[in-house]
Amino acid sequence: MPPDDRLKIKFWGTRGSIPVAMTSAEVRRKLIAALTHASGRRFETPEQAADFLDREVDFAGSHTFGGNSSCVEIITGQPDYVLCDLGSGARVFGNEVLATRGPSGQRFHAFMSHVHWDHIMGFPFFMPAYSPGNHIRIYGCHGDLEEAFRGQHAAPSFPVDFSGLSASIEFVRLEPEREYEIAGLRVRPKLQRHGGDSYGYRFQRGDKVVVYSTDAEHKQDDIAEIKAFAEFFRDADLVIFDSQYSLAEATSIKEDWGHSSNVVGLELCQMAGAKRLCLYHHEPVSDDERIAALLAETRRLEEITRADRRVEILAAYDGMEIAL
Amino acid sequence: MDLRQKRYVDTVVLSPAGRIDHSSSEAFKAALAPYMARCAEGQDRVILDFAGVEYISSVGLRVLMLASKQAKAQRGSLGVAALQPAVREIFDISRFTMVLDVFPSVREGLARLSPEALTAFDAA
Repeated sequence: MPPDDRLKIKFWGTRGSIPVAMTSAEVRRKLIAALTHASGRRFETPEQAADFLDREVDFAGSHTFGGNSSCVEIITGQPDYVLCDLGSGARVFGNEVLATRGPSGQRFHAFMSHVHWDHIMGFPFFMPAYSPGNHIRIYGCHGDLEEAFRGQHAAPSFPVDFSGLSASIEFVRLEPEREYEIAGLRVRPKLQRHGGDSYGYRFQRGDKVVVYSTDAEHKQDDIAEIKAFAEFFRDADLVIFDSQYSLAEATSIKEDWGHSSNVVGLELCQMAGAKRLCLYHHEPVSDDERIAALLAETRRLEEITRADRRVEILAAYDGMEIAL
Repeated sequence: MDLRQKRYVDTVVLSPAGRIDHSSSEAFKAALAPYMARCAEGQDRVILDFAGVEYISSVGLRVLMLASKQAKAQRGSLGVAALQPAVREIFDISRFTMVLDVFPSVREGLARLSPEALTAFDAA
């Protein structure tokens, strides 16, 4: 595969359940902490200030994990765009496309895990859908895929009916466990445990594999299911995994709510021989410090449970890019 | 899984050992079941002495969660004691320290669950 053909992943929305925004109090708290830390130092240029932040302030102190709901781009090096889910992150992605590639003539392929609101809510604000000359294919395994998208555009929920969108929009029903060739990728959907069902996707291009597995609950004592997911994640370069809850929550008060934990994600990646685990679909009540702590704890858990092969642990944030 | 057991008046101390993971969790669950059936108000209290447990995976933690739910439903008392440092970290990271009664030692667990059992433990 030539270097410009490498798979890259870009996260446009990483928050679970509902978008969140940093409050002004949180911004102020970060600024006060950073300024206090920099006490007495002079920065002559923006680059010097950025260097200070990068070297001396941790991620949660100098950034935010962000608050848009699920949307991940798979960059294949080909002209077509490939997305997983169309949560509120799709709005930011769409605006970026307009700014860099113009209003029309683009082709988009969106693979839907399911049609819960946080995964489709970006589409009414996805500007390329309003431009003639764009072509959008929305793939999924749910029978009510199209109905869900049309429904959120209908009165009284939204002022512009779906029929008023100018782009060419197609809905494509996929079958789980079947392999497809779409937009230069080998794609295989898999049924996951979630209210109303959800589907994970295993994407392969050349020898690179990324698995998108969100809104999925795993019952640890269902050995057949655990083995099937380990196989689905087998040797993946990256597994994007729903880690919204702690394991204790997922097995007690939030059991059957349809989400998983960092602990189960790591165990599955270890069983599968996956190279990287990316914590995703962050709990909306978690602030940046809490997500950073979750990342640190998961890295520590990986250290103390490692057998022969290391799994790199990442926590997704809006804007994060990973080259595979 | 072989569970060593010692009784101190109304409290049973059970001592699993080794790794509690996908290959051993069902046996752990089965070995625990008869003790959990009697872990009820007016019957036995149960402490799991984890000093010999080297590792516990999510499926093992799920067995503990189910046991805890059963104990609560029966108004019984269940505690886990004497975690090895790595196992303690697994409990912390999975937040199981927030949903189970975890004690630094069996003695401290007995002190909390049953003063009579503590007296018997100290006399033994």
